[in-house]
Amino acid sequence: MALMIGIPRETAAGEKRVATVPEVVEKLIKLGFKVSVESGAGDGANFSDETYRAAGAEIIDSAAVLWAASDIVFKVTVPTSAEVDLMREGGVLIGFVWPAQNPELMQQLAAKKATVLAIDALPRMLSRAQKMDALTSQAGVAGYRAVIEAANVFGRFFNGQITAAGKVPPAKVFIAGAGVAGLAAIGTAAGLGAIVRANDTRAEVADQVKSLGGEFVKVEYEEEGGGGGGYAKVMSEGFQQAQRDMYAKQAKEVDIIITTALIPGKPAPRLITAEMVQSMKPGSVIVDMAAERGGNCELTEPGQAVVKHGVTIVGYTDLNSRLAKQSSTLYASNLFRLTEELCKTKDGNIDVNMEDDAIRGLTVIKNGEVTWPAPAPKLPAAKPAAAKPVAAPAAHGHGTGGAPTSAGKTAAIFGVAALLFLLVGAYAPAAFLGHFTVFVLACFVGYMVVWNVTPALHTPLMSVTNAISSIIAIGALVQIAPPLELGLDRPDEWIRWLAVAGIALTAVNMFGGFAVTRRMLSMFRK
Amino acid sequence: MSASLATVAYIGAIILFILSLGGLSSPESSRRGNLYGMIGMTIAVLATVFGPRVTMAGIPWIISAMVVGGSVGLYAARKVQMTQMPELVALMHSLVGLAACLVGFANYIDPMAALNLTSAEKAIHEIEVYVGILIGAVTFSGSLIAFGKLSGKIGGKPLLLPGRHFLNLIGLLVVIAFGYQFLHAETISAGMIALAVMTVIALLFGIHMVMAIGGADMPVVVSMLNSYSGWAAAATGFMLNNDLLIVTGALVGSSGAILSYIMCRAMNRNFISVIAGGFGTGGGKPAKKADGDAQPAGEVTSISAVETAELLREAKNVIIVPGYGMAVAQAQHTVYEITQHLREKGINVRFGIHPVAGRMPGHMNVLLAEAKVPYDIVMEMDELNGDFPDTDVAIVIGANDIVNPAAQEDPTSPIAGMPVLEVWKAKTSIMMKRSMATGYAGVDNPLFYKDNNRMLFGDAKKMLEEVLVALKA
Repeated sequence: MALMIGIPRETAAGEKRVATVPEVVEKLIKLGFKVSVESGAGDGANFSDETYRAAGAEIIDSAAVLWAASDIVFKVTVPTSAEVDLMREGGVLIGFVWPAQNPELMQQLAAKKATVLAIDALPRMLSRAQKMDALTSQAGVAGYRAVIEAANVFGRFFNGQITAAGKVPPAKVFIAGAGVAGLAAIGTAAGLGAIVRANDTRAEVADQVKSLGGEFVKVEYEEEGGGGGGYAKVMSEGFQQAQRDMYAKQAKEVDIIITTALIPGKPAPRLITAEMVQSMKPGSVIVDMAAERGGNCELTEPGQAVVKHGVTIVGYTDLNSRLAKQSSTLYASNLFRLTEELCKTKDGNIDVNMEDDAIRGLTVIKNGEVTWPAPAPKLPAAKPAAAKPVAAPAAHGHGTGGAPTSAGKTAAIFGVAALLFLLVGAYAPAAFLGHFTVFVLACFVGYMVVWNVTPALHTPLMSVTNAISSIIAIGALVQIAPPLELGLDRPDEWIRWLAVAGIALTAVNMFGGFAVTRRMLSMFRK
Repeated sequence: MSASLATVAYIGAIILFILSLGGLSSPESSRRGNLYGMIGMTIAVLATVFGPRVTMAGIPWIISAMVVGGSVGLYAARKVQMTQMPELVALMHSLVGLAACLVGFANYIDPMAALNLTSAEKAIHEIEVYVGILIGAVTFSGSLIAFGKLSGKIGGKPLLLPGRHFLNLIGLLVVIAFGYQFLHAETISAGMIALAVMTVIALLFGIHMVMAIGGADMPVVVSMLNSYSGWAAAATGFMLNNDLLIVTGALVGSSGAILSYIMCRAMNRNFISVIAGGFGTGGGKPAKKADGDAQPAGEVTSISAVETAELLREAKNVIIVPGYGMAVAQAQHTVYEITQHLREKGINVRFGIHPVAGRMPGHMNVLLAEAKVPYDIVMEMDELNGDFPDTDVAIVIGANDIVNPAAQEDPTSPIAGMPVLEVWKAKTSIMMKRSMATGYAGVDNPLFYKDNNRMLFGDAKKMLEEVLVALKA
C-alpha cells in the first residue's frame, strides 16, 4: 500500500522554507507515494497551493488532520512539542532534529514509537551521502545570501571600476571559515568582483579557497585543525593568539568581514573582538553567520542588523528564509534523494535498512528505540588499507609477481647456474666453449640494455629486434655457394633452394622490420 | 675480403646492434638507434657476401632472393596500419622461425658442415642442429597461430584440450627419444626421419601452446615468441660457428624474455601459468563464485556524450586511459582531436598507459604516437597513478580489467594483486564501453557501480566523435 507523505506548514517564527516543492512532489508520486500538503505551506517560498495541487498533491487545511493522515512527515525545522503531539503513533519523521541539542524532543518522539531520520545526522564523509546532504545545501544558500546582505548595507561597489567620474577601488572581503557556507560566500563575493581573502583552521581547504578565486590567509602557527567529519576543532591557546593577531590585521584592511566559524556542539568561537570592530573603517560591514550560536563577533545581536562604531553588524539568523525558494528547492531534492534510498523498490513503501551506512547514520530513532548516536561509518578510504594485508598472501600464490626475489631463491638460481656451467665445462669441447662464452656475455649485455628501454617504445623494440633477428640470413648466405672442397658429394640443388628461401624470408624481416620501426619512431613527437 | 676482415666487420655490426637497442631508451635517441641497426645489418650482410664463404656464383641468387623478400617487407611496412602492428610482428616472428628451420635442414644435409670434426664436436654440432630446428619450428607455428588470433582469423578464446599438459609432456619425451636416434643415425637420410618427426611435433607443440592462451595474454605471447625467434637465431649461430648470429640472437632473445617478464608482472601472473594457458585456473575463480555476496552491487549511472563534453569542459585535470577497445574502434585520432581541443583551453590532459593495455607491449603508445599525441603527455601507470585524486575527469576508453578496483579491494578476485590504474580515485570517472560485459578476465568490475563513475555506452569512436562535436559547439 502506498504511504502518505505529509508536508506541514513550518511553524517557527520567520521560517519561510517548506520541506518539498511541487517539482519534487511529482517525483515522489512517481516513486509510488501519495503526497499531502498543508494549505499555505509553500506561501513563504512562493509556491501556491495551486501549484502543489497541479503537481498531484492533496491540499489539507488543518495541520492536525495532515499530521494524523501522514505516514511520513517531511519537516525543515526541528518539530515543536505541539507538533509531535499531533504525530501519528509509529509514524516516520524526516527533517532537522539535532538530537544532541534536543534530548526532551527525542524522548517525546521515542514515546510516540516514531522512526526519525535526522538529516543533520547524515554521515557526510560518505560520498554516496552527498546528494542527501541538506546541511551543505542550506549552508551554501546561506553563504550566498550573507554576501548579498553585506552588499545591501555596504555603501560601495564590490568590483573596482574606472569611470569617467574617477576610480573606484574594489571592495576587500575577508571570510572567516571556509566550510560550505564560507566557500559559497567566497565564490559569490569573488563573482561580484571583490578582492576575497579567507582563513580556516584546516590548512587543507587552501586549494578550495584558491579554486573559487579567493586568497588563503594563513595563521603563522603550526597546528593541524581538522576535527573529523569535515568540521574544525578547538585550537590551542598559542594558535588562537596568532589567529587573533591575524584577524586584527585583516580587520584594519578589509571592508567586509563574513564569519562562518562553527564548532559542533560548542558555542561559536569569538573571533572578532570589540576593538577589532572599532579598528575597522567606518561604513564597513560584518555579517555574522554564526549569530544563532552566539556569534563570532562580540558585538553581534542575533537576528538583527545593528550599527556599532560606524560598522554595520548583520546578525540575521534566517538567511535561508531570506532565500526561501532556493533553500526549499535544494532541501526538497535532498529529501527526495533520501526517499529514493529508502524506497529502492519504487512502490511507495520505505525500508529503513540499518545495514546501509548512510541510512544507519541518519536514523536517530527506530520504532521508538533511540539509535543515536550511530557508530562511526566505515570510511571508504579505509577499505583498501584493510584489504591489503589479505591481498598480499593471495598475490604470493601468483608467483614472484614483481616482488624482490628472496635470498633463498637467488641462491638456488646461482646454484643451478653453477651446476650447469660445471657440466658444460666438463664435457663440451674447447671450440664450443668459445661460442658459449660469447653467448652468455651477449645475454647479459642484452639484459642490461633492454631494461633501459622506455616502456613507451616496447613496440618499436619488438619490431627492431625482429628486424635484427633477420641476421639469420647470414646462415643462409654462407650456404648458398660456398667455396667447394673437392671430392665431396654435396646436394647443391637442395641446399641452394633452401638457402634462397631462407634469404627471401629473412629479407622480408630485414627490410620490413627496419622500415616499420622507422615509420613508428618518426611518429613519436613531443 | 679475408676471414679476419669479415670477423672485424662482424664485431662492428654487433656493436651497432647493441647501440640500436640502447637507443630505444628514449624517443629522441630512438631514430638514431634504428639507423644504427640498419647500418649494422648492411655491414653484416656485405661482409658475408663478399667474405670468404660465399663465391661469386651465389651473388645472382642472393640478389634475387633479397629483392623479392625485401620488396614484400617494404610493401608490408608501408601498408600496415598501426592497429595491426601486433599481427605484423607476429607474422615476422614466424618468418624468422621458418628461416631458422630451413637453414637447419640445409646445414644438416651439407656434408661440409661436419667436415673435420671430432666425434664429440660432431655430437655437439648435431645437437645444435636439432635444437635449432626445434626452436625454429615452435616459433614458426606458434607465431602463425598468434597472428591468426591477433587478426581475428582464429577466435581469441583459449583452446584447452583435455590433458594438455600430459600431451605436451609426451611430445617432449618423443622429441628427446628421436633426438637420441638422430645422434646415432649412421647416414644423413636415416637421421632425416628423426629430424622430420621432431619438426612435426615441434610445429604441433607451437600450435597447441598458443591456442591455449587467451586474447588478453597476447602481449606475453608476442614477446615470448620474439624471444624464441632470438634463441632460434642464436642456435643457428652455434650450428654455423658464427659469433655474430650468437650475439644477435642472444640480444633479441633476452630482450623478448625481459618483455615477457614485464608483461607478466603487469598482470601479476606467473610466466608458467600464462604459458600453461587459461585464466583463473589457479583456483581464484571458484573461490569467487562460492563467495556470492562479494559480487559488486549498486546502481550504474550512464551519461551522454554531451554531458561528457560538459564535464570535460569544466575540468582542470583530465587523464585518459586507453585500452584495446580504442584500437579496435580506431578511435585514436578522435582521441587526439579531443585532447588538442582541451589543451588549447588550458586543460591538463594526460594519458595513462597500463603495461598490458592492448595486444602487445607498448601497443597503446604506438597508436597514440600515430595520432600525433605528444609523447611527453603519455605516462606510464606508475608515473601518474598517484595523481588520480587530483584529477577531475578520468576517461577509460575500451579498457576494463586494467582499471578494475577489485584487484586491490577483493582478495578473492582472480585478478587480485594485479597493478591497476586507480581511475576510481578521480572526482569523476567515465567508462566508455559497448556494454556491461566483463573484460577478458571474466571478472565483474565494481568500478561500474561506484558513485563517481559514469558509463558512456556505445562504440568508442562514435561516442568520442559526439563528444568532440559537443565540445566544439
